Amino acid sequence: EFRRFSLERSKPGKFEEFYGLLQHVHKIPNVDVLVGYTDIHGDLLPINNDDNYHKAVSTANPLLRIFIQRKEDADYSAFGTDTMTRKKNVLSNVLRPDNHKKKPHIVISMPQDFRPVSSIIDVDILPETHRRVRLYKYGTDKPLGFYIRDGSSVRVTPHGLEKVPGIFISRLVPGGLAQSTGLLAVNDEVLEVNGIEVSGKSLDQVTDMMIANSRNLIITVRPANQRNNVVRNSRTSGSSGQSTESSLPSSTPNILGNLLQGEEESDEEDIIIEDSGEPQQIPKAAPTSESIESLSQIELLHESTQNGFLPSTEMNLNHSAGSISMEYEVPEPGRKSLEEDGTIITL
Amino acid sequence: MRRFLRPGHDPVRERLKRDLFQFNKTVEHGFPHQPSALGYSPFLRLMAIGTRSGAIKLYGAPGVEFMGLHEENNTVMQIHFIPDQCQLVTLLDDNSLHLWSLKQHGGASELLEEHRFTLKGPPGSPPSATQVTAVLPHSSREVLYLGTESGNIFVVELPSFRVLEDRTITPEAVLQRIPEDNCNRRSCELVEALREHPKNPDQILIGYSRGLIVLWDLQNNKATHHFLGSQQLENLYWQRDGSKFISCHYDGSYTQWPVSSDNRQPEPLENTVPYGPFPCKAISKIYWQTTKNGLPYIIFQGGMPRASYGDRHSISVIHGSQQTAFDFTSRVIDFFIIFSSDPAAEFDDPSALVVLAEEELVVIDLKSAGWPAVHPPYLASLHCSAITCSHHVSNIPLKLWERIISAGSKQNIHYSSMPWPIDGGTNIAPDPPQRDLLLTGHEDGTVRFWDASGVCLHLLYKLSTVRVFLTDADPNDNMNTLGEDEWPPLRKVGTFDPYSDDPRLGIQKIYLCKYSGYLAVAGTAGQVLVMELNDEDAEHVVDHAEADLLQDQEGYRWKGHEKLKTRDGPVRFEAGFQPFVLVQCQPPAVVTSLALHSEWKLVAFGTSHGFGLFDHQQKRLVFVKCTLHPSDQLALEGPLSRVKSLKKSLRQSFRRIRRSRVSSRKRRGGSGNASEVQEANAKFDQDALQEMELAPVQRKIEARSAEDSFTGFVRTLYFADTFLRDSSRHCPSLWAGTNGGTVYAFCLRVPPAERRMDEPVRAEQAKEIQLMHRAPVVGILVLDGRSTPLPEPLEVAHDLSKSPDMQGSHQLLVVSEEQFKVFTLPKVSSKLKLKLTALEGCRVRKVTVANFGSCKTDDYSENDLAVLTNLGDIQIISLPFLKLQIRYPCIRKEDVSGIASCVFTKYGQGFYLISPSEFERFSLSTKWLVEPRCIVDMPEVTINNHVHNKAGTENAARKS
Repeated sequence: EFRRFSLERSKPGKFEEFYGLLQHVHKIPNVDVLVGYTDIHGDLLPINNDDNYHKAVSTANPLLRIFIQRKEDADYSAFGTDTMTRKKNVLSNVLRPDNHKKKPHIVISMPQDFRPVSSIIDVDILPETHRRVRLYKYGTDKPLGFYIRDGSSVRVTPHGLEKVPGIFISRLVPGGLAQSTGLLAVNDEVLEVNGIEVSGKSLDQVTDMMIANSRNLIITVRPANQRNNVVRNSRTSGSSGQSTESSLPSSTPNILGNLLQGEEESDEEDIIIEDSGEPQQIPKAAPTSESIESLSQIELLHESTQNGFLPSTEMNLNHSAGSISMEYEVPEPGRKSLEEDGTIITL
Repeated sequence: MRRFLRPGHDPVRERLKRDLFQFNKTVEHGFPHQPSALGYSPFLRLMAIGTRSGAIKLYGAPGVEFMGLHEENNTVMQIHFIPDQCQLVTLLDDNSLHLWSLKQHGGASELLEEHRFTLKGPPGSPPSATQVTAVLPHSSREVLYLGTESGNIFVVELPSFRVLEDRTITPEAVLQRIPEDNCNRRSCELVEALREHPKNPDQILIGYSRGLIVLWDLQNNKATHHFLGSQQLENLYWQRDGSKFISCHYDGSYTQWPVSSDNRQPEPLENTVPYGPFPCKAISKIYWQTTKNGLPYIIFQGGMPRASYGDRHSISVIHGSQQTAFDFTSRVIDFFIIFSSDPAAEFDDPSALVVLAEEELVVIDLKSAGWPAVHPPYLASLHCSAITCSHHVSNIPLKLWERIISAGSKQNIHYSSMPWPIDGGTNIAPDPPQRDLLLTGHEDGTVRFWDASGVCLHLLYKLSTVRVFLTDADPNDNMNTLGEDEWPPLRKVGTFDPYSDDPRLGIQKIYLCKYSGYLAVAGTAGQVLVMELNDEDAEHVVDHAEADLLQDQEGYRWKGHEKLKTRDGPVRFEAGFQPFVLVQCQPPAVVTSLALHSEWKLVAFGTSHGFGLFDHQQKRLVFVKCTLHPSDQLALEGPLSRVKSLKKSLRQSFRRIRRSRVSSRKRRGGSGNASEVQEANAKFDQDALQEMELAPVQRKIEARSAEDSFTGFVRTLYFADTFLRDSSRHCPSLWAGTNGGTVYAFCLRVPPAERRMDEPVRAEQAKEIQLMHRAPVVGILVLDGRSTPLPEPLEVAHDLSKSPDMQGSHQLLVVSEEQFKVFTLPKVSSKLKLKLTALEGCRVRKVTVANFGSCKTDDYSENDLAVLTNLGDIQIISLPFLKLQIRYPCIRKEDVSGIASCVFTKYGQGFYLISPSEFERFSLSTKWLVEPRCIVDMPEVTINNHVHNKAGTENAARKS
């Protein structure tokens, strides 16, 4: 059934209020529902917090089409930034849910249950021809799944155009993390690994750097295909481009390197088994001046990811939650530690 | 390293760093790789060796060493000292001549290249016109005579290398002076040898390749004599008084010719084929040495019967009825004789034969009966069996040092007692500050003990572990037991023997406790031997135990080699280190880590399957721990399947190395053999390049997982007395680190000394740390309350170290290939880390704690980590704050074996192999520097020294 009502665009209010309004309009006060809307590209996107609610309202043009489903028979796969053709199917699925027997195997609702697997970051500080991609290896069973090779690229130097050696992505493993993000492609030139330039480094060195950072890998590439680049200051580009106008403080790549260092301090806790007891994460020793510094950096970065997070990030369902039995509760920001359980096997 | 260059640059620290650290490659120990030429100056008593890579090395008295490198990196073909000068001339295979001088500078002598020169013919002439084949530095010291392939002999002025064209001796001029009936233009092609008359500097003997020999008068520019040899000529040598000379030939014969004023075309006095009558190989060089008793020494290279002994590398010495053919295990490059250099002496009276073979230097004492070999003080063939590992021990107590020397001297009784005959120059380096031992393990199951205190790496003692085991080779089988009347009278000399009877005997790990004299040695087939130093021969049974590292893991099959069979019953051991315990790991995989605690009398060992602890006092296995991951099938199957699985990546890296070499290498003419090898190489390079273009090198980017292979491989073992369980009581502990980033800590209970034999040693696992980045653990270290590394066992007992601070809290440093991490103890919490790989893309290959003293003040020293990375860089990292101090490029990153062979000393020096036979010594310290410092003075030259012997020019005309 359809309802039509009006909202004040300049003062949309909070998501909670909007949710209440919807329940009221549909006269379903005690039913849990999933709220979605179609954006300007026709993609079906969820509304479940203030941020994406505001986004939805601001993009209404002038009509905002909202879809509401009961939570229990919601089809989660319907959401996403897919092509028009698929969206049609999605819409029909949504409109005729009885055709679609498949039940979601995990019930999710709030963004905490989503876990980023990749993101484009630092769009505002990088040249338009570059792309900085972050791959979140932790928590997924997927292999990182790509190969790099030596190659040469043409650079503009004070002496004119010069051919210089470079590192390129040579292959993506089907089904791997790198491929599934769609942000990396064969023949993309690798410029930086976690904020450190690779020029002058050998293929083996870059391999080692990437593997050493594999748990939180940030690579800056010059995509071979430059047609999908983010165009700045334009609201007409793709949704991901638009949304990555994130609130990251304008910073230099070097600062990124430091931020990452700081952040990594937290994501890589080793594990100790004392007297053959339970495995535990190794805590940090009493903070020294250095670690205070790094803590503040964590916060900074944490904030930035939160801001850039929902709109710009592709999301995957957290499959690992169900498949891994041994799991321990870790406070934020340690939610990255999920993969660390399977590894403790006392021989 | 932005991280360390950020603000907070401390100028005080920067200054201190300059006083502490400094990088120098100081000296090359061992035997030059691929030697190609030899020279000797009886005047300076210095020997020169040239190599195929263009290096030239001079050696005199022990400690007197000089090295030079030709820019072109071309093979050195010939070396000639200028008579009575501190100068020498080298001929390279690109036909260039180089003049080197020994000059004094700052109180020490230096070897410097002064001039270079390439002979140029008239325009349009073929290259052979100027291809130099023979070089004669004239005793006037003013000119060089250069014999060429075309038969022309050019005269160049020294040191300017100006060609004196009017003095050229052309074949035409020579032919004009001799009767035409038995000579033609072709007789004068290719000058094989040039020899100055020993008494008359105005006459030179010219030998042409086809057999014609001409005595040329330089003053009147004419041939005074000519000698018609029927055989192709190889070389010439004058008798000391100039009345005769001897020529040697391609067919294995030598001929004596008289020189007298009444016969201008003499017939040969005597023509001999020493190893006839069947066809023989060429005699390429010959010496004729006169003695007081009238019987000359005739010494020549080659001449063996072609069919049955044509493959031997021999030098024969004939003296009256005595004749011996010294048989070398590698090709003879060149040789010279040391004889009386006093020009007034009537006879040569040779004292020593010095032979440069491809893999070693052999010196034979010709004065003593039986012609024994002389033990060389330097140029040791490190690779007489391939080096498989090395271990350095600094500051050896005098007592142990003397006992090792005495054990070694008992092994060297067959050497001559003659003092080292090459004794030119003076060593002015200060005496080494301490006694250092370098131990090398070899493929044939031996351990060699080298005196590494100074510039001369000298063999002190050789230990063989073979006697403990039953091998196919009978130890009594002696290669030299040839019958009395054997012909030719071959005698094996030298120590180079690259063939190992059984690769399982190979030594992989060595640990020597310098205080107790206990030595632990572990090998390829899982064997661990514990030895004790005994000054006497002894016969005893070696206690034998087996350590099953798989324990109850089932379903695994070891596909590698079998364990070594042991000898039953007592075994006789010579004085020195004698084994008393043998532990054999099961499966018999190569031992990958070893630690010995001489105070607790415990030895720990690890393989790719796990690790174990053995009590060598009670001779009881304390425990074993299997570190295998259940899914790691590869580790169990043994080395064969491992080879298979790694084959592809090995092939790839091989190709890459090849490619990097081909670009730097230059084409060489070289001798037949060498050029064949190069052709083959070039072909291989080309093939590899083609293949590479088809399939570019790719690297897979994948996170490490617990399922990776060889995660259980034990990389490091460490004993420490520390706070493992609680902060009030410390206890002995054993730490092990694996390839998969796991650290195990075991708490040990060692009974007090008085009950040591009654109660068993107990062990209990106390901690297990899994590093999340899963990189191989290459080092574990405990720092005491003052952040000083714990001392070695017995170090405190011998008053050589302060006792560790057991009050403050200890810290644990774990070094993986990628990160350095400091944890607190006993509660493990992470304190500090340095992520090397994430920042720089390099990995840790070797790490040691080194003590650095300040060169400015005697009382300041500090401990730092010396780290070698897979890129061949050396980094110094501070303790306990893990700050990078300084970085030096040291080894080429393609030189994988060089990086793998590197060993650091406790005082900031190190060694690595630059070839199978040479260690490069380097120093990171400003204070501890061992480098050659020597001086060569011009000996006084006798006035009007025209009648001096000419051994300095002995090296004329080896076949090029």
